[in-house]
Amino acid sequence: MIRSLLLNNPDAVRRAGLALILSLVTAALYGMGISSAWLGKMVPPLAGWLSESPALGRLLAAMLLALAIYANWKALRLLSRGWQIFGVWLELFILLMLFFYSFDLSLGFIAKKIGFMISQGVVTTLYISAISIAIATVIALVGAIAKLSKNGVIYGLATFYTSLFRGLPLLMQIYIIYLGLPQVGYVISAIPAGILALSLCYGAYMTEIFRAGIESIPRGQSEGATALGLSPAQTMGLVVLPQAMRVIIPPTGNQFIAMLKDSSLVSVVGVWELMYLARTQGQTEFRHIEMLITASMIYWVLSIGLELVQSRIEKRFGRFNVR
Amino acid sequence: MTVQPEIQLENVHKWYGKYHALAEINLTVRQGERVVICGPSGSGKSTLIRCINRLEAHQEGRITVTGMELTDDEKTAGHIRREVGMVFQHFNLFPHLTIVENCILAPMWVRGQRRAEAIERARHFLDRVHIGEQADKYPIQLSGGQQQRVAIARALCMAPKVMLFDEPTSALDPEMVKEVLDTMVELAQEGMTMICVTHEMGFARQVADRVVFMDRGRIVEEGAPHDFFAAPQTARAREFLSQILH
Repeated sequence: MIRSLLLNNPDAVRRAGLALILSLVTAALYGMGISSAWLGKMVPPLAGWLSESPALGRLLAAMLLALAIYANWKALRLLSRGWQIFGVWLELFILLMLFFYSFDLSLGFIAKKIGFMISQGVVTTLYISAISIAIATVIALVGAIAKLSKNGVIYGLATFYTSLFRGLPLLMQIYIIYLGLPQVGYVISAIPAGILALSLCYGAYMTEIFRAGIESIPRGQSEGATALGLSPAQTMGLVVLPQAMRVIIPPTGNQFIAMLKDSSLVSVVGVWELMYLARTQGQTEFRHIEMLITASMIYWVLSIGLELVQSRIEKRFGRFNVR
Repeated sequence: MTVQPEIQLENVHKWYGKYHALAEINLTVRQGERVVICGPSGSGKSTLIRCINRLEAHQEGRITVTGMELTDDEKTAGHIRREVGMVFQHFNLFPHLTIVENCILAPMWVRGQRRAEAIERARHFLDRVHIGEQADKYPIQLSGGQQQRVAIARALCMAPKVMLFDEPTSALDPEMVKEVLDTMVELAQEGMTMICVTHEMGFARQVADRVVFMDRGRIVEEGAPHDFFAAPQTARAREFLSQILH
């Protein structure tokens, strides 16, 4: 009976669903402990009632906010897709800025320090990441070919390497390389140690990406190349890899973005990259949060830059598939 | 002067694990000869011709191609592959390269031709398979029949002494089979040494010097097409023919 009631009253069901979602959002907002102070500021006559019954006031605030979110949703739905995306980005960005604004940041302090953070921190972060990415790509290519090898020794080396470096926390690898290598007589300074750890760790992850990419190319392709007389290396370089790139690039782009941010772990051995400066520059004047937020925003901008590069490259390698 | 056979297989055996894929294969192909291999699926036809350019390795017996014996040595295999063109059931064109780039890749990298020279030759062969005007498109923009003709041209660009065809029309829509077969007939008429695995009995009748019938990894029967089709010697061949020539 309930089933036929539901099936035959689409409008009522839709409205009930909407009411359910609204009440869930309201409950969530209430549960998170929303403040009702803004109601008192916007509508002064309510202030007295709000202080008398704070629970009801918070409920009212939660309901109004839920309705505002709903109205916002409806308003965005009126726009075309492109403007919807823009609108969502703009609104969330403003909210993020409001969140930062609530810390009562000293913009003057940020302005004073940002030049050094970029000239020292960003430059160091970028060149550590860029070198590590380049080395990791080479490692990944060699590792992937080794993992596809019939030779047991080579396969054993490759599997041990990927297993070890995927299995240890990156932070641990940085410590072990920086503090451990001198024990066996090889003194390594902080930046090379960081680059080595990042390259080895990401090389291990990317080995799997490259292997999967190479394996995704049908066997007929390498057979066709082999039958034409191409050597195994030519077959890999001229036929298999260029096609595998299409599969390899999107997850590799992800790895690059992740590495950019993981390079912050190198700060533990005292490299003056972005994260290290973010932690230390604010100390003298107790302006920690300014520096942390500034560094966060810089990381974000750099990541967006990498995303754009990634989509460019994807388009380039995807072109033979479009009609 | 004795004429060296272009391809010679002597007592060749091959196993996949315990499965005996090829047994006691003896086959000699002279220069300019056209041989059609037929037989039920799983009879070892494809395995046989894939052993000739060592896409598969045989385990016993001798295979000699254009005077060189195939061994574990990859270098010899490479030399033989330069002289042996192959056309596959699924074309195996390189989708990231244009038609003409498909055709010049091996001549440039394996034969060491200059790009301009390789392109000139590629255009010549593409014209011959009637596909010259499509040279700068990508494989995906062509029909199946056109793609297979490109695959034939690509193999010819290496100036092979022998052409192997592994069911070249099996993956094609029916209306495209003829254009590929016509190209193969033209090639046969020019005197190319050819070994074709195919079920196209009309093609076999028209161009083959010899039909080889295989079953369960063995060559069961071998003869001129006229004799083979008119009076097959073995019961297995009669049964096979009755099934494909309705």
